[in-house]
Amino acid sequence: MIQNIPLSYFLVISTAMFFIGIYGFLTRRNLITMLMSVELILNSVNINFVAFNKYLFPQHLQGHFFMLIVIAVAASEAAVAIAIIINIYRNFKSIDVENVDEMKF
Amino acid sequence: MDYTYTLFIPLIPFFVFLVLGLMGHKMPPIVAGLIGTLGLGLSTVLSYFTAINYFWTSHVPETAYASIKGFEVPWLHLTEKLTIHLGVLIDPISVMMLVVITTVSLMVHIYSIGYMKGDPGFYRFFSFLSLFSFSMLGLVLATNIFQMYIFWELVGVSSFLLIGFYYEKPSAVAASKKAFIVTRFADLGFLIGILMLSFNTGTFDFQTLTDPHGPAIAQAGGVAFMGMSVLTWSLIFIFVGGAGKSAMFPFHIWLPDAMEGPTPVSALIHAATMVVAGVYLVARLFPVFALGAPDALHVVAWIGGFSSIFAAMIACTQTDIKRVLAYSTMSQIGYMMLALGVSGYGGEEGLGFMASNFHLFTHAMFKALLFLGAGAVIHAVHSNEIGDMGNLRKYLPITHMTFLIACLTIAGIPPFSGFFSKDEILAAAFRDNKMLFAIEYIVAGLTAFYMFRLYYGIFWGKKTHYHHTPHEAPKVMTIPLLILAFGSVFAGFLPFHNLVTSDGKGFESHIDWMIAIPSVLIGVVGIAIATVMYKSETAIPDKMAQSFKHLYKWAHRKFYMDEVYLFVTRKIIFRYISTPIAWFDRHIVDGTMNGIAGIIQYTAYSIKGLQSGKLQQYAFVFVSGTVILVLIFVYLV
Amino acid sequence: MLNEFMFILIAVMILVFSILTVLTRKILRAAVYMLFVLISTAGLYFMLSYNFLAAVQLTVYAGGIVVLIIFSILLTSHLSERAVMAPFKQSLFSALATLAGATLTLVTILRYSFIPNTGVDPQFNIIDVGNALVSYNREGYALPFEVVSILLLAAMIGSIVVAKKEPTLKDKEAKLDK
Repeated sequence: MIQNIPLSYFLVISTAMFFIGIYGFLTRRNLITMLMSVELILNSVNINFVAFNKYLFPQHLQGHFFMLIVIAVAASEAAVAIAIIINIYRNFKSIDVENVDEMKF
Repeated sequence: MDYTYTLFIPLIPFFVFLVLGLMGHKMPPIVAGLIGTLGLGLSTVLSYFTAINYFWTSHVPETAYASIKGFEVPWLHLTEKLTIHLGVLIDPISVMMLVVITTVSLMVHIYSIGYMKGDPGFYRFFSFLSLFSFSMLGLVLATNIFQMYIFWELVGVSSFLLIGFYYEKPSAVAASKKAFIVTRFADLGFLIGILMLSFNTGTFDFQTLTDPHGPAIAQAGGVAFMGMSVLTWSLIFIFVGGAGKSAMFPFHIWLPDAMEGPTPVSALIHAATMVVAGVYLVARLFPVFALGAPDALHVVAWIGGFSSIFAAMIACTQTDIKRVLAYSTMSQIGYMMLALGVSGYGGEEGLGFMASNFHLFTHAMFKALLFLGAGAVIHAVHSNEIGDMGNLRKYLPITHMTFLIACLTIAGIPPFSGFFSKDEILAAAFRDNKMLFAIEYIVAGLTAFYMFRLYYGIFWGKKTHYHHTPHEAPKVMTIPLLILAFGSVFAGFLPFHNLVTSDGKGFESHIDWMIAIPSVLIGVVGIAIATVMYKSETAIPDKMAQSFKHLYKWAHRKFYMDEVYLFVTRKIIFRYISTPIAWFDRHIVDGTMNGIAGIIQYTAYSIKGLQSGKLQQYAFVFVSGTVILVLIFVYLV
Repeated sequence: MLNEFMFILIAVMILVFSILTVLTRKILRAAVYMLFVLISTAGLYFMLSYNFLAAVQLTVYAGGIVVLIIFSILLTSHLSERAVMAPFKQSLFSALATLAGATLTLVTILRYSFIPNTGVDPQFNIIDVGNALVSYNREGYALPFEVVSILLLAAMIGSIVVAKKEPTLKDKEAKLDK
């Protein structure tokens, strides 16, 4: 708990970051930038976990560990995603999401 | 005496069928033929062994012949009480049929080795023959009516396969289809009859059904429909099936066309064995007919009598030798049916039953002989038409002799076997119904006439010029002819009245000279007329045809039965029943299905653009959908 | 007072750099801006006096993931390349959907009155967190720890398999020649 700063401030920041990430995911054409948008989204979620832990249940550690787990998930996700992106680059000579539309009708 | 081994009588041909059917194309033809013949020879030996054993060795004199189940396993449990069994039934008529079938079939097998020589379908022919022998033996050994029905249909299938053996010939294909459809249609009646009978008596088993004190006969006076009891109706339906298989009027139209098959097949299936299955069926259920439903028996008698004279008249005008024989077969089966129809049950009363089976036995011998002889003639001149033959007695001495014996036999001239059996039939008819007796008396004359018309047309006459000189058939073909001729001459001396009777007990039977002498006389008259008309070419036949112009024309066109059938099927059934059904099927049933498929396809085409493969489009839809759902569930609901 | 100032500074940095991350046309710059966002987030954790979390944020996120991303950028893109931006229509609809979602969420959050816990704040240190992480008592987190370790292992193997270069026919022939 920080003096003079209510919980909702944190939530507003994380919300903003979350939807900025979504906007990036919807508009960026480059697969790596889309991946970075996803990282922003995960990061905003982390802020929420930590803030809730601090303000609502300071005597517990759930928020801590959820945040750690999300970081681990983010790291593995980034690793797998980058492996896929490299494979796509190898096959399509491009990492533009518009070009990767083989899976359709 | 244990009769379990009789199981092998049908199973050996079945095994041979499998071997030849699966591996026959890899064998040299002669090996395939020998395997088929040896397999059937084995069955023949077993059958003769069974017959000797059953009728003489293990039979206690002065007692009735018992009906024995050699083997039986339950096959289908329909209800608690109704179970379908498979097994073998040994009684006088089944043993007699075993002997008939295996003898004729073995002769046909041997004969076919010569007749079918060089045919590309040689092994196929023998495998089908084995299949037929299996089915026919299974049919006569059936312990219950349902097993009989199964083999009944198998026999129909083998007959279909063999009639259509020369499947390159459109006429053979059409004939096989005709035979199958007509008999199948009649078998529908058989099935209905079986269901009615078994529903009312609660059993399929022959022993239970034919027990004179059993449930089938006991309830004969039960529920009535249109003045006849259910038992009568079911037996009439069963007889419809028998009439279809035995080519009785009005189901006879398939038999003449069935002559498209190879001649040995005609001898085996369409003369000696399969076509008498209807007679066998009635004989098998005879106690039920005689004691439970005399009305049904009258139907049998009149259908048989009418068929015999009807076919005899057609036979006088046909020019295809195999067709003459086919109509003659139909006429003779009519005799057997009539004999059953006029018979009573037990002792002397059962004379007709004995006569029918006797005639079945002798007929199998001489008719197979006639067909095989005709086959030898066709083999020599490569034609079926009487017009293409003549004066063949010099070229084919053995065939000529055996054919003459067969003609004398069928004409009922003593001491050949046909005389004895036909005489018994006439005696039975005379005792029961004078009208039917008169018909049969005329038919006997007609038979002698048309058989000798055929004989003189083939072996006498004027024609002496052939493209190449006809030659006698090889030994493998003439030996069966000689064996069957031997059978035709001497089969009449078998004491049938002691062996095959309606109740299993023998009775005293003597030749009734009051009937025998006139029947021989009319036979001689028939032969004499034929001799005058056909021994040498004269103008009498044409004059006769002129003076009986209409009758001749009607008989020559087989009384327009084929045309009647075509009219009924094409003009009535096809036009007024099949066409609307086809329309309904095509437009309503198919239309519904096609409509559903069409709608789904249209929808799929119009929405397939949604699956664009564009990741961000999916994500956009996902996000907006989530926002809208949250809006709805958090704020609006 | 200082608290508020620091918080506003960090919040502004997070928002500005987030927006720059998704809007910049140079991809490497986007990665750097994201690095700044992650570092600022670590600042937030420091303000909440969660030092361990802040340290993890800096090392794993800022140090690890960002480096990974920068490497992959270098592998797949030319630095002089300028990213192709989405067409106007796509940007507009995405912005509308995003704004609608953000508005909805913000309204929901601001209308809800959280009840802050006024109890004691035990001020966990690294040792407490570490003990809880490997403890299998009631307050322990050994199971999630194990699950995450398996996840990491699986991800590692998976990414190696996915990214592995399939040997072409030529390679195989070359191998056979040797």
